[in-house]
Parts: sequence; structure tokens; C-alpha cells
Amino acid sequence: MGPGGIASGGGEVLSAFETLLKQSNLSAEIKDRCSTHKVGCLGMCSMDVLVDLFIDGKKTTYQKVNAGMVQRIIDEHIIQGAPIAEWITDEEYDNFYSKQIKVVLSDCGVVDPESLASYVANGGYKATDKVLKTMSPVEVTDVMTKSGLRGRGGAGFPTGLKWETCRKVPSSQKYIICNADEGDPGAFMDRAVLEGNPHAVIEGMLIGAYAIGADKGYVYVRAEYPLAVERLSQAIKEATAKGFLGKNIMNTGFNFSIKLKLGAGAFVCGEETALIASIEGQRGMPRPKPPFPVFSGLWGKPTVINNVETLANIAYIITKGAEWYASYGTEKSKGTKVFALTGKVKNTGLIEVPMGITLREIIYDIGGGIEGGKALKAVQTGGPSGGCIPASMLDINVDYESLAKVGSIVGSGGMIVLDEDNCMVNIAKYFLAFTQLESCGKCVPCRIGTKRLLEILERITKGLGREGDIELLERLSKDIKSASLCGLGQTAPNPVLSTLNYFRDEYEAHIRDKKCPAKVCKDLLTYSILEAVCTGCGACKRACPSAAISGDKKKPHKLNADLCVRCGACFDVCKFKSVTKE
Amino acid sequence: MNVIFTTMHEQLTDLLVRFRESEGNLITLLQDTQEVFGYVPQEAVYWYANELDVPASRFFGIATFYAQFHLKPRGKNIVTACCGTACHVRGAERLVNAVKRELKLEEDQDTTEDRLITVEKLACLGTCSLAPVVIINGKMFGKATTDILTREIRSLKKEAKKDE
Ligand SMILES: Cc1cc2nc3c(=O)[nH]c(=O)nc-3n(C[C@H](O)[C@H](O)[C@H](O)COP(=O)(O)O)c2cc1C
Ligand code: FES
Repeated sequence: MGPGGIASGGGEVLSAFETLLKQSNLSAEIKDRCSTHKVGCLGMCSMDVLVDLFIDGKKTTYQKVNAGMVQRIIDEHIIQGAPIAEWITDEEYDNFYSKQIKVVLSDCGVVDPESLASYVANGGYKATDKVLKTMSPVEVTDVMTKSGLRGRGGAGFPTGLKWETCRKVPSSQKYIICNADEGDPGAFMDRAVLEGNPHAVIEGMLIGAYAIGADKGYVYVRAEYPLAVERLSQAIKEATAKGFLGKNIMNTGFNFSIKLKLGAGAFVCGEETALIASIEGQRGMPRPKPPFPVFSGLWGKPTVINNVETLANIAYIITKGAEWYASYGTEKSKGTKVFALTGKVKNTGLIEVPMGITLREIIYDIGGGIEGGKALKAVQTGGPSGGCIPASMLDINVDYESLAKVGSIVGSGGMIVLDEDNCMVNIAKYFLAFTQLESCGKCVPCRIGTKRLLEILERITKGLGREGDIELLERLSKDIKSASLCGLGQTAPNPVLSTLNYFRDEYEAHIRDKKCPAKVCKDLLTYSILEAVCTGCGACKRACPSAAISGDKKKPHKLNADLCVRCGACFDVCKFKSVTKE
Repeated sequence: MNVIFTTMHEQLTDLLVRFRESEGNLITLLQDTQEVFGYVPQEAVYWYANELDVPASRFFGIATFYAQFHLKPRGKNIVTACCGTACHVRGAERLVNAVKRELKLEEDQDTTEDRLITVEKLACLGTCSLAPVVIINGKMFGKATTDILTREIRSLKKEAKKDE
């Protein structure tokens, strides 16, 4: 049960199962066969709440379960042994899973995230045992290098190389930090891992700490993720109590402890030097690199910073071997990657796919295509640092190199599907508004440059665009990219550049014709009422905040364009589709 | 010295003791302060600055840098609208505008005059599959519509009237 499950009533379903199972007369008989427990995100959030039922080892999955359905499931399936066909997951659910390969997410939804025993029963902490007792630090970094694992936080830096570099730096004090700040506004891979399998992250940190020679670790986690914070701190407590963290771990003489630090809501703190400043209690402002954190990081000591998903891969690679991991993916991008597939696609949720899969397979086979029979327009990857891939390039392979070639990035794994109803200028403006707000203000190109970019985009979406604006956007973008201090500014113009590249005609329509082809930009729309369709129900008249709509009951209404503030309230409330916008 | 001030003084002393014991930093101190008061009161900052001999500007520097901190008291009820990308493409902006319209809030205003309701925006709550998402007093509304939200807000207002 992840956040989506809880929001869709997962808690109520669970407690319904608990109480109804208890009430059932047969409870004594079925008690040892029946146990309810909660798991992390199962991935397919649009079918929440999902319930897996195991009877004598045979698994049945029910979809869209609510508390009212529980009694019938118990009566008919558990007691009488007859599964309820119409509630069982359908073909779409199977398709959703068949193209995926789960490594990081393999145990999410299987282990109980609130129980160390459950993690250990699933083979947890075996990798730690192997590493601490039979491998040298060099052997560990070698395995990572051979596996080809690259950082999943965005930049894709080889993990083995990062660890090996830090290992070689002589110092009596080193740190390892888990970056759980997950700043991309529209992605939740790390959240699912932290909530679904927190011990896997702890184990990754432990192994990393051993490899580089650190005895202290920090997890920097967003305060907006209360459940992740709760499960993680419980996991750390339990691991410490059972001797997997602390002094003399597994009697090997190795010491390692982990502290939790809560972020306070700043995107730039995902950048490693800013994150370090924030852990030290300062404003989270980045500093120039070099020196890189592996040489001089937290409190000036050598520090490795890895993303949650990167760390969650480690134990699996140690247990199953570098060759196994490297057998997935492409030549330069190995393994699997978790994506948060959202937007206008039918099956939204978390997916884990081998690197190099095509975008078409993701959207149509796994995602089930576009919602409501609309046309796909583009796919946005990489969040505020990324770009848009137009529908015409759907056969592109999803890996670090191929996406970079078309002006986007893999990034941390956000994948937002846009359809014909999304305005690309609006999307670019949205991301710029985000980066402009999150710019820390330390360097001028980013602080002032993003502001100017945003102003131009706002002007264009308001119908005040001028000839030459497109060229100005391009020049400004180039300057910001080359002159900014940190990754935030260096990548902030990407959403503008990639939409300009593929959807220049939409910009031109806004500027020259003062029209928004997707009918999104408020100031460029005109609302009117189709008198032939209007039933005169009066809903729009009541909803209108500016008294622009008039008309008698049961007679077609009229909209006065001069008074209209284009808020769209009438459009939202009309049940007969008689309000139109153009 | 009035009563309110004494209790505030006690609370602050308490927070400072905890801060010293846990070897925390200024961020954690401000986070704890906000948890107690619901926002970061200016008086608290000046008091800490004096006690710790740290310039107040350092505190304000932090408090204004991180989005989590509020320097003004917030409303009794909090409406948080997710404005992350997934929610944005599914019309989050229209929801926010509708809520603000219902509460008669200006564009740059986020708390109602009577401090009953505060409307806040946030970037991604991590439940993008349910976009657009709005949280009202901790309760999550997935696939939110203007209808649902207006109904909830009206019932909040009604309850407040009853309490008077
Ligand atoms: C503006 C900005 C924001 C970032 N946000 C995150 C983030 O939220 N999570 C993350 O893991 N990495 C983030 N990164 C990347 C980190 O700086 C760093 O590269 C990463 O944590 C290293 O871990 P990895 O090698 O395992 O990917 C961000 C970078 C920049 C420039
Ligand atoms: S974008 Fe709103 S929950 Fe992720």
C-alpha cells in the first residue's frame, strides 16, 4: 500500500479485511491460512486499491477494491473457494506487467516495509553478509564497475567509478549520503522505494560505506514525504536494534550508523553541494565544483552522494552478480530504470523497464495508450531539466545516449505523457516558472536569466508576443546554459529549447495569430454558449463570478464576452457541453 | 508580562534545550519551532538570536530560503493543491483558481481575512497517478474536481459558523 493506495482508501480496505475476518465464524479454521499485511506500492496506481489473495500458494489479484467489496471476497472466495471473476484484474493489468523487468521494485509490494524480519526472510542483508565477510572494498567497487550501474539521480555518473575515487582518497573520516530529495515535480520513484522497501536503501548505503571506508551516513529526505520518513526511521531503528547498523556489524568489526535529515522544501537542495550545505544547517546554495564532494564534501570530508534508486540496486547486484545486471540494457546504459509514467496515459503508475526499451512500448504496451482516444502529442522526460520528445519519434530507445541525442534526458525518471489538449508553450512556461522560483539566486545568469525567460513566455501566452521573441528566447537560453553555476541553471532552459525545436509552430501561432491551438492559454480564448444545445438549467449563470451570463430559466442563456473573465467556470459546470471555447 | 508571553517564553526555552541536547542545526530548530507554533514567529527568531548569539539575519536567511517555513500565521484549515507536472497537465491551475474564487482571495493572497482557510501550492506529493491531487486538512482528494472542492470548502465554512 503506497501513497496512492492510501489515498484511494487502502487503509479502509485493510481494516475491513481485518475486522470482517475476525467476525467470520470460520476465522478459527482459516486463521493460519489467512494473514493480512500491507505492502508498498505495487506499481499500477490507476487500479488502486489492489489486493493480492494467496490461497494455498495460488495468487489472485483483485483491482479497484473498496471496503464494501471485502465481505463478498471473504464469503465467496476465501470461504467457498470461488473467485469473483468480474473483480479480478483484467488483460490490461497483465500487459502492464509483461514488458517490465523488476530489480529495484522486485521486492516492493512483496516485503512488509515495516518489518525487518520480512525483509530478511526475502533474502535481505545476505549481500551485506557476503560483502563484510568475504569481499575487500576494492572487490566491491570492481563489481559495481563491471555491472555498469550509473547514478539514477539524473546525471548518470558511473557508481563504481565514484566509489573507487572516494575509496582512494586518504582520510580518517568519510561520509555516504543518500539523496532522497526527489525534487522533480511529477515523479515519485524514490518515494515508492523508500516506502516499499526501506531496508534495501539502508543495505545499499551499508555496502557503499564499506567500499569507500565511511562510518557515518545521512539520508536527506523531503519533508513532503511523511510516510517515507516514518518507514525509513523505523527501519533504521530496527536495523540498529538487530545489529545490522551500529558498532561491530555482524561481528566483523565494521561500524556504520545512519542519521535522517529532513529537507525543508527547496528543489536546488537535490544538487549535491547544496544538499551538503543544507545538512550543515545553512541555506542550501550550491558552490562551484571542483572540488568534487568525493574529495571535499560534508564538513570538508570525502563524501559519496547517491540517489535512492542507485542504492536500492546495490544489494541485488552483489547477490546476483555484475554479469546478471549488465545483461539488461544497452551497451552504455546497463540494467533497468524505474519511471513514473503519468499524464494522459491510461495506465499510470511506476514502471521498471530495461534500458533501451522503445518509448512506443512504454506508452502503448505498458501504458495502454492515450486516455479517451485522444492523439499523443509528446512525452516529457527529465522534469525541469529535461525536454519533450514529439510523437513522431516514438520509436526512440530510452537510454542515456539516445535521449540526449534528441535534446532530452533520462533524468531521475519522470515521464509525462501529453496529448493534443496540452499546450507546449504552457508546458515550457510551467517548468520555467518552477526553476525560476527555485533558483537559489547565487549566480546572475540563473537568477535573472530564468526570470527574463519566464517574462517572455508569459507575454507570449497572454497574446502579447512580438516578432523576434523566439530568437530572443533561443539566445537567452544558450547564455544561461553556458554561464550558470550549477546544474539547475545549466539545464533550466532545456524545456524551452526542446519545445521550440519541435513545436515552433505553436509558438508562432501564439505570437502571430494570438491563438492557442490546444485551447489552454486563458487570455487567448473566447467562450460562448451554443444556444441550440443549452437547456437553460442555469448552472453556468450561478457559477459565473462576473455576471457575464444571462438568460431565463429553461431558455438558452447568453454570454457577454465583454464581461467574461475567461475563468472557465461555466465550461466546467455545463453538463450538456453547450459552453464552447475557441 | 502577560500570560501568552510567559507560555511562549517557556516553549522557546524548551525548544532551545532540545536543540542543544540534540546538537541540531538552525534548520532543525526552525522546523521544531514551526511545529509548535504553526509558523515561525518573529519574536522567536529575535529571542533565539539573542540567546545563541547568532545574528537574526542567519535565521531569516534560512527561513526565507526554504519553502517549508512560514513567517506569517496560517489559517485554521489548510488546503494544499499539488501543482507538480502531472497535476499541472491535468488542470491543477484551474482548481486553484476555482478555490481562490470561492474564497474571494486575490491572486497574491493565500489566507482568508478571517484566517479560516489558507490555500497553498506544492510541487508533487508523489501521488501523480491520482492527479490532480488536493489535500484538505491532511485528507487527500485524488482526481479532484472543482465540484468536490467547492463542496468541501463550503462545509468548512459552515462548520466555522456553527462553532461561533
Ligand atoms: C538542480 C538539481 C536537482 C537535483 N535533484 C536531485 C534529486 O532530487 N535527487 C537526486 O537523487 N539527485 C538530484 N540531483 C543530482 C545530484 O546532484 C547528484 O548527481 C546525484 O544525487 C548523485 O547520485 P547518483 O550518482 O546515484 O545519481 C539534482 C541535481 C541538480 C543540479
Ligand atoms: S504532480 Fe501532483 S502528485 Fe505528483
